[in-house]
Amino acid sequence: MQLTVDGATHDLDVEGEMPLLWVLRDELGIKGVKYGCGIAACGACTVHIDGEAVRSCQVLAEDVWGAVTTINGLGTPDAMHAVQAAWEEHQVAQCGYCQSGQVMQAAALLAENASPSDSDIDEAMSGNLCRCGTYPRIRAAVKTAAKTLAEG
Amino acid sequence: MGKVKTIARRTFLIGSAAVAGGVAFGVWRYKTPYANPLLGGLAEGEAALTPYVKIDASGVTLVTPRADKGQGAYHVQAALIAEELDVDLAAVKVDPGPPDRAYWNTALAPEAAAFSAPNEGFVQDALTGVLGTVMKIMGMQITGGSTTVADGFVKLRAAGASARETLKLAASEQLGVAVTELRTEAGRVIAPDGTALAYEELAEAVAGMEPVQDVTLRAPEEWRYIGKPMKRVEMLAKVTGTQDYGIDFEIEDMVHAAVKLSPQQGGTLVSYDAGAALEMRGVSGAYEVSGGVAVVADNTWRAFQAAEAVEAEWGEAAMPANMEAHWAALEASFVADKQDSRVRDDGDVEAALESGEVIEATYRAPYLAHAPMEPVNAVVRVGEGRVDVWTGTQIPRFVQASVAKIAGVSNEDVHVHVLMMGGSFGHRLEDDVVRQAAEVAVQMKGVPVKLTYSRETDMAHDYTRQIAMAKMRGTVKDGRVEAYDLGIAMPSVIVSQMGRQGLSMPGPDSQIVAGAFEQALAIPHHRVTGYRADPLAPVSSWRSVGASSNGFFYNLGLEELIEAAGADPMEERLRLASDPLARKVLEAVAEMSGWNGASLGPRRGRGVAMTRSFGVDCAEVVEVTDTDDGIRIDKVYVAAEVGRVIDPVNFENQVQGGVVFGLGHAMNCEITYDGGIAEQQNFDSFEGMRMNQCPDIIVRGLENGDVVRGVGEPPVPPAAPALAAAIYAATGVRLRQMPFSMFVEFAS
Ligand code: FES
Ligand code: FES
Repeated sequence: MQLTVDGATHDLDVEGEMPLLWVLRDELGIKGVKYGCGIAACGACTVHIDGEAVRSCQVLAEDVWGAVTTINGLGTPDAMHAVQAAWEEHQVAQCGYCQSGQVMQAAALLAENASPSDSDIDEAMSGNLCRCGTYPRIRAAVKTAAKTLAEG
Repeated sequence: MGKVKTIARRTFLIGSAAVAGGVAFGVWRYKTPYANPLLGGLAEGEAALTPYVKIDASGVTLVTPRADKGQGAYHVQAALIAEELDVDLAAVKVDPGPPDRAYWNTALAPEAAAFSAPNEGFVQDALTGVLGTVMKIMGMQITGGSTTVADGFVKLRAAGASARETLKLAASEQLGVAVTELRTEAGRVIAPDGTALAYEELAEAVAGMEPVQDVTLRAPEEWRYIGKPMKRVEMLAKVTGTQDYGIDFEIEDMVHAAVKLSPQQGGTLVSYDAGAALEMRGVSGAYEVSGGVAVVADNTWRAFQAAEAVEAEWGEAAMPANMEAHWAALEASFVADKQDSRVRDDGDVEAALESGEVIEATYRAPYLAHAPMEPVNAVVRVGEGRVDVWTGTQIPRFVQASVAKIAGVSNEDVHVHVLMMGGSFGHRLEDDVVRQAAEVAVQMKGVPVKLTYSRETDMAHDYTRQIAMAKMRGTVKDGRVEAYDLGIAMPSVIVSQMGRQGLSMPGPDSQIVAGAFEQALAIPHHRVTGYRADPLAPVSSWRSVGASSNGFFYNLGLEELIEAAGADPMEERLRLASDPLARKVLEAVAEMSGWNGASLGPRRGRGVAMTRSFGVDCAEVVEVTDTDDGIRIDKVYVAAEVGRVIDPVNFENQVQGGVVFGLGHAMNCEITYDGGIAEQQNFDSFEGMRMNQCPDIIVRGLENGDVVRGVGEPPVPPAAPALAAAIYAATGVRLRQMPFSMFVEFAS
């Protein structure tokens, strides 16, 4: 089986029914992708497949239909994506465990909708739980990121 | 204000010690120092004290003994040291430090023994004495109860100041320049002619010197970090997916384990058959552990799958058969022989109740899971004469002792490496996962075993927040609250929790009445009685502990009496406020919310609540609208008296998070047990608040008091009662039990 993740192609020998989440974390060592619930109820495992935000705990290895981007591929500490930069600016994270999923969800939202309204943001982000309750900062950071992206 | 002081030597003593290639500055424990805290943990020649600053040739390391479970503790501690040491936070290392008894968390003991009640008396003395002793014996290095800031505010700055002055003294000798001529900046001592010596260059010279003790801490006007928005040291890593948590820890030859535990919380294993599991790909073994079976595989998912495939027969758990029986046990606890404490007893409650029309109500708070986003996990390796544990924990010393017992080694041979935690809320004050990992690891000598709980295991086998019930009786007179009698029944959290560590906790349990008995309100006839129910489901400390249920009860009871009196909820609280600091907190939320009554127009309303917990008065005003889709929470105003806001950004974030936590659980969360089995095991049935339900939360930190306090817990208790009051104002529905979704719908 072949997977393209963050620009690199990997040959893998794994069960077809292994969720992408665990392929990424345990087979490829991409630990930025987090396990929170395993049932599509928290969003911690969110990655992009061909630019679309998906719950990697729900996508079987054999069903991956395109190139995968994880939080580690979206940007790096030296070259952050606009969403990550906005998150840093607003000091969003508390424990931070949910945040890679939040960032991936927000990045997909902004790729599709450059100037989301408050309710667009709420709707897009409501599948991503944050047990630390950083929602007010997430909202503000999404808006900042939208502005940065609009300014190019 | 007493905030700037020359350090009183009687309180604690700054020390320094030579360590390999340099020096460490820190604080000696006062009164009865434990044995050398660092021996065994450091190389030859390194020595003994609780270090906060280490300087060697490689640079400056700030040692931050209070664990970080998301509340920014590492950051705040580092900033306090840096404030006096004059180092650039971005240029230093931050190290959580080894588990050690010498990291004595001084702020927790007085809080746990918090029966510093309005009434002096023998009960209080007895309580304070008992709990104080127990805490000392345990030598707790515990992060909990919002103690990080309180404990470190003076000590960490003092260590930084002492290190700075000693470095200047060393530089003065080397350069032949008077100390008073020298200044410090960004990790360097600078002479008038511009000559600069980096701290690391002075490390060896300083190692042989007596540390400078008589330092004056800087005045608030000089602060560069404290009170200013800070960038948390780990933020960059957290937003780029490069922060490793316990669950991400890897080490060579590590295997992955998962457990299948008795479906009943606390149930036992009778027999098992792992035949099918052992046939599965990547699975290498199955082992009996406390409460169930562990399987070992080469990948987390394979271990999860194999654990599912284990067949087992289970014994019974010791808990009531269903929730009716749990509630009945509480209901039956309001009797004299279950009375645990009555520290608050003002006026003559009995006489007042005889002479007026009695208003009565009963309130309930359910079991709740901690459910931090990162499920618990641990890596244990049992080697020859040395055991290593890597885990995110708030109780490293208990972990050390638990694992030592399992591995049959002495405590000193167990090395606990505390890793970053993906939240806790009190969850990581328990260590089952570490023990089970150790039980497997002793059977796989030399192999690092990582045990990761599935979300379902994490939630179903959580030691939940206490279930609790309260009964209120009271009277009103001339438009005022006249008598308020509150009885609270719950099992003892502290007995349940410490029992799992093999400790018995004698004496009354302050948490049964915390968040109620110590409230700063002067009601003429006022009594708070704690009743200790027999153990039901095992319980543990959940963010704000006793106050998480009692703040709800206390405010609701008060609310009903105020309503009966025909008074305004804000006005009457202000009239009753017995402490000027608490009154200012109420005045702040009244002003912020523009309070002029509970009604906000048709189908809109607001409510106010205030709870003193962990020494912090925190008041909240919640505004709601009863929309066609259900209740929508529009806005929350919060004010809290914390003495000093160390980092306004992190402060706001934590307070908002506490409000979301308090509101979310009140809205829709409970753990119910049927036949001992938790009926909610994942976030589909235990949701809390989501983004689309999150109100605007406006925060103000007040700095009128002398004592600096943490704000991790205090915003939680007032959230639920303020929401209940707001819903009442908007709809007329009086909510007396959480979760509220049992009675009203929330818009989503
Ligand atoms: S882990 Fe995939 S949604 Fe929670
Ligand atoms: S920051 Fe902790 S769960 Fe979101």
